[in-house]
Amino acid sequence: MSVNQESTGLVGRSMPRVEDAALLTGRGRYIDDLPTRRDTAHLAILRSPHAHAEIRSINASKALALDGVHAVITGDDVASLTRSLTVGVKANVECWPMARERVRYVGEPVALVVAETRYLAEDALDLIEVDYGVLPVVMDPKAALQDEAPLLHPSLGSNCISERSFRYGDPEKAFSEARHRIAVEISYPRNSCTPIETYGVIAEYDPGEDAYDVTANFQGPFSIHAVVALALKVPGNRMRLRTPPDSGGSFGVKQGVFVYAILAAVAARISGRPVKWIEDRLEHLMASVSATNRVTRLEAAVEPDGRVTALSWDQIEDCGAHLRAPEPATLYRMHGNMTGAYAISNLAIRNRVVLTNKTPTGLNRGFGGPQIYYPLERLMHRIADELGLDRLEVIRRNLVPSGAFPYRTASGALLDSGDYVAAFEAALKDGGFDDLVERRKRAREAGKLYGIGLAAAVEPSVSNMGYITTVLTPQERAKAGPKNGAQAVATIGIDPLGAVTVKVASVPQGQGHRTVLAQVVADRLGLPFEAVRVNTELDTGRDAWSIASGNYSSRFAAAVAGTARLAADRIRERLAAIAASQLNVEAAQVEFAGGRIFDRNNPDNSVSFNRVAASSHWAPGTLPDGIGHTIRETVFWTPEQLEAPTPVDGINSSLCHGFIFDFCGIEIDPATGAVRIDKYVTMHDCGRILHSGMVEGQVRGAFAQAVGAALFEEYAYGEDGSFLSGTLADYLMPTVMETPEPVILHYESPSPFTPLGAKGVGEGNCMSTPVCIANAIADATGASDITLPLSPGRIADLIFGEEKPSSNPQARKPAKARPGERQLTGEGSATVAASREAVWKMLLDPATLEAIIPGAHGVEKVSATHFRADVTLGVGPVKGRYRAEIKLSDMVEPEAVTLSGSTQGALGFGSGVGRITLTDADGKTVVGYRYEAGIGGKVASVGGRLLDGAARVVIGQFFQALARHAGGGSGGGGILARLKALLGGRS
Amino acid sequence: MPQLTARNRHRVAFRLNGRQVEALAENRMLLSDLLRHELGATGTHVGCEHGVCGACTIQVDGAPARACLILAAQIDGADVRTVEALAPQPGRLSVLQAAFREKHGLQCGFCTPGILMTLDAFLTTRPDASEAEIREHLSGHLCRCTGYATIVAAALAAVEELRKEQKENA
Amino acid sequence: MKPPAFDFLRPDTQEEVLETLHRAGSDARIIAGGQSLVPMLNMRLARPGVLIDIMPLHALRAIREERGEVIVGAGVRQAEFEAWPQLAEKLPLLSQAIGWIGHVQTRARGTVCGSIAHADPSAELPLSLIALGGSVRLASRRRRRTVPAAEFFLGMMSTAIAEGEMIEAVAFPVAGRGTGHAFREIGRRHGDFAIVACAAVSDGQTTRLAVAGVDDHPRRFDLPQEDGGALDDALNDIAWSLNARDDLHASARYRRELVRRLGRETVMEARSCRS
Repeated sequence: MSVNQESTGLVGRSMPRVEDAALLTGRGRYIDDLPTRRDTAHLAILRSPHAHAEIRSINASKALALDGVHAVITGDDVASLTRSLTVGVKANVECWPMARERVRYVGEPVALVVAETRYLAEDALDLIEVDYGVLPVVMDPKAALQDEAPLLHPSLGSNCISERSFRYGDPEKAFSEARHRIAVEISYPRNSCTPIETYGVIAEYDPGEDAYDVTANFQGPFSIHAVVALALKVPGNRMRLRTPPDSGGSFGVKQGVFVYAILAAVAARISGRPVKWIEDRLEHLMASVSATNRVTRLEAAVEPDGRVTALSWDQIEDCGAHLRAPEPATLYRMHGNMTGAYAISNLAIRNRVVLTNKTPTGLNRGFGGPQIYYPLERLMHRIADELGLDRLEVIRRNLVPSGAFPYRTASGALLDSGDYVAAFEAALKDGGFDDLVERRKRAREAGKLYGIGLAAAVEPSVSNMGYITTVLTPQERAKAGPKNGAQAVATIGIDPLGAVTVKVASVPQGQGHRTVLAQVVADRLGLPFEAVRVNTELDTGRDAWSIASGNYSSRFAAAVAGTARLAADRIRERLAAIAASQLNVEAAQVEFAGGRIFDRNNPDNSVSFNRVAASSHWAPGTLPDGIGHTIRETVFWTPEQLEAPTPVDGINSSLCHGFIFDFCGIEIDPATGAVRIDKYVTMHDCGRILHSGMVEGQVRGAFAQAVGAALFEEYAYGEDGSFLSGTLADYLMPTVMETPEPVILHYESPSPFTPLGAKGVGEGNCMSTPVCIANAIADATGASDITLPLSPGRIADLIFGEEKPSSNPQARKPAKARPGERQLTGEGSATVAASREAVWKMLLDPATLEAIIPGAHGVEKVSATHFRADVTLGVGPVKGRYRAEIKLSDMVEPEAVTLSGSTQGALGFGSGVGRITLTDADGKTVVGYRYEAGIGGKVASVGGRLLDGAARVVIGQFFQALARHAGGGSGGGGILARLKALLGGRS
Repeated sequence: MPQLTARNRHRVAFRLNGRQVEALAENRMLLSDLLRHELGATGTHVGCEHGVCGACTIQVDGAPARACLILAAQIDGADVRTVEALAPQPGRLSVLQAAFREKHGLQCGFCTPGILMTLDAFLTTRPDASEAEIREHLSGHLCRCTGYATIVAAALAAVEELRKEQKENA
Repeated sequence: MKPPAFDFLRPDTQEEVLETLHRAGSDARIIAGGQSLVPMLNMRLARPGVLIDIMPLHALRAIREERGEVIVGAGVRQAEFEAWPQLAEKLPLLSQAIGWIGHVQTRARGTVCGSIAHADPSAELPLSLIALGGSVRLASRRRRRTVPAAEFFLGMMSTAIAEGEMIEAVAFPVAGRGTGHAFREIGRRHGDFAIVACAAVSDGQTTRLAVAGVDDHPRRFDLPQEDGGALDDALNDIAWSLNARDDLHASARYRRELVRRLGRETVMEARSCRS
């Protein structure tokens, strides 16, 4: 397709955005700003504190008794009105939007409350009593594959929900003939691009028509609309899905709101009124959606010159507790691109998808890219190092050669255009690579830790809606029928005054689609920029849309803007014919500019655009034959290159392929392990640039998120399944202080497959930057195993060497096994002015226990060795009420007893075992204790930093009270300080 | 001494964007909710409700503050300014707002009102602000779209413009 | 994330505050700037029956110097303290430390005494109070008392404030002539809670180092006056004595390393800037 340079030349210019005036003055219309019906109630969600547990019972009577509470809804209530969600693989498994019978991750919805206000709804959540039977958890994807691993879904018989192996070319031969085999093993962590606006849904149900009307800040793909309608058991035309005019960022993440669209819809139906739900930040971090974590072994067959002849991938993808649509798309989105930017014709891939007790995964900027480029580009770095070759040279030798485009990769992607080698060389030259090498040299000479990282990547955009079917076998695909394409749509309407409106189904979340579309259409119709208005709200009950609609896989510039261009072409052609008849010239002679349509050879012979444009309304009878009208033109466009997977599993997973080459220089503070990105250069070939300001904005935005992924961000879990990154003080997004400004370079190779020659650009740095930074850290430290995120503590482990031992061997306790683990241990002692026998009696007496258990309200003696109590525990202002069970065992009167206890309450749960020993000391008794405790639930998610110390305070309170009750020590006034000192002997 | 009971709504009176306003609110209502849902000033956005993201930043008695960390009951008698007050008149942008548009200092715009309120408060008292000081003030805001570079550029452009204006007025 | 319901007291006098504290016991909490308490309310980690807003009490909003101490009232916001014209001269340690507290936007509301009362183990103000050997002035219905900083912080978010008591003010000793001060902090990001923060005070005779972020509350140590191996050994002993823990943001080992390295830098800086 040819690309015309427009006369007015708006496209390519960095215009001020039409979106901004409203957003800068507080007049944006995000979901929580929209007016709602007066009877709208608010939804709040009770979420599981456990990673894996049976739900034995749910008692909502106290919640329902609260004034203003309209409904409490359980998973079974939801199930009675819905169908299990469609799962993207063939597997005997149910997938419900909220827990039934069993919870499988911390944060899984357990009950819904509909109430007058959100405040009240949260009050009601506190009153719901759920009895859980805790089950063993499986958190690690490799462990999930073990035979003895706890099963999340017994019906599956395994935690592996999908396994496929692929081979392209002759990888076995290539490996057997290779001079070198070099491998990396990578565990890529969980993270998320977490937008600043959380999820939001407003839902209504019309019982008269059995129809749902849902507004959600959903971002697409609208293939999910089918999933929602099927789940709600209504035809698609009775599931109206609308999006608000503005969205506070998405980066893929707001795809995951669809689950809540279903829940809110059912809640509206059951409570008989519109329901609004705005997710809070704790819910978002804990349970919205996450990128996948993945364990990868990648091996290369390598020639002595560094040329890679084959790759072998073994990927274990962790999709969390349920395989939610469109997963396992993260694993297959890059399937055509498993050789990256390199010409490698032999390829083996083994893909396994496992389920673990974590939040289900979904779309996230870079979708599948970081998980493959991290191992691939670490491998290229290692190949150079192991063979003693120049790292640049290894990349250069393997790049898809110039002149080879369009280039078909081993696994079937058609790399549309580019000159990777030229872009690579330009990046080195224009980005000042030689200077950076010099800088490294000087830094190292000055005793600093300085490293240079490299990364090359292909950035796919405009997903083939059929790529996900690569997860099925060819036989299964044949049975299900082919899936392919990516329908984009744009509508141009002209009103009776000749004003032009553009309508698309692109659902922007801040990318300025309205501005670019106005540029594209105004250019084509010879109108001033301001003359074209663009509407990007989507209403499935009213607008043109299809399954590929939405804002994902960087499809806007390539597909949507291109489709708008095609619609403008069609309107223009007809307007030209109408104008030609009025101007008495050939249509081919007609030109559009400055709001007028005129004879190219005689510009004075002209007519106003509006007049011609309006004539379809006012005087259809005067239009030339065969023109029809110019009132509204809707164009659907799907690229022919997006074919269904071939019978040998070849898949052109995306239409466009940008090229990226990044390099960076990083300095590490040898004293603290702090990382400073000294320089970052990122070269992009994203085809034709439609708006340079926005392209740079996309690059910088993805880069900042990638800096977060590399250095700060992780959705971390404890071994017990507790979620540990529950606040924005734990899930650390970079601020302006941690985000350097990258040097952005461009190399423009227009895509031959898109109407405007544009390709996607929004995701590339999420793919290339984490590994580029990791490679620089490897270069600086000499370490080969680099695990993200690279916190200063992790860096310190790479550079600090052996720790200086303590001079006091007594103090040298082994450090805990892993950061983030929630197991708490401690010991201490207190001296009590009473005999051992007296202390022993106290420990077995409910009245004494009531007096010494911190905050106990009534201790019930179930048996001689089993007590039950309601207790209020906490430190400082943090207090929660818990139900506690205490059991005594291994009793050696009056010397020792084991005390095991568990507590459960709104703030979380805990369990622990303590061995108490009583030693006689001159008539007094030394009470020694040693305990192990585990704490989970909300306090672990939001208070991890403070939890151990807080638990110590609470446990200390118990022994202080014991000592006090027994008459205290001998001292008197200073007893508290003394006890504190005594209790100070800790882990 | 007035002890305001938990479950009732109590009268709160304060100045909002130069006008005296009154609302009924429970003690526990957050100022962010009071502004948005009781008074209809939805330009102030809510991103985390624990004081980290900065999206809800407003000005209280001239200083930038998190609306999500202020209880309705605490705001009685205060002078509150929100993003709705920044534009000199409808259809026009303030120098700071215009700089954000010019420099593409926003994408989704969700964090932007908070950032504007911080910068507005700062630049009003410190028209000679340095880039380092501007970064220091911006560090209390999370933006997920822009990578911050254009926000810093917009703030610096605004400083430049304000300086020019000051000179012309002098 | 919405707070549970609570009564709210806007007192006219401090006596009303103390009366209510006496009556409601641990069910009552003081709210001043609210920058630590309101997040806990929003997360429903805290559920006070009654909140007492002390910001209307103008008597508590003063900073004054008396008998060699700077007395900061319970209603003084961190930003006001930061802007106090004599801060750099009278309390050079604080003038270095205060910019590390949260962000401009939280310092605008948060109070000095509120941070002391909250007793976060990583917080800069408790660390500074410990380093300088300051004290906390407490009041209850029946009596007033002054607790030295070293006896005030008892554990994680646990202090010597008894039921019925409130902080009226904290007292920081004015920097003596010839004393050097230094403050260093390492966090994950700018404005985050410290992984380790160090404050050092040095005069001709002694150097004291206080460390936050490692143990359950800030701790203070006296150091040998030389700067060679003995200092390293002392810092190593301190590092091992602090019960360092692993958490999401840093390992115990990393914390110990920072105590050694950051501690040394802080000590050396304090010694070198003695005026």
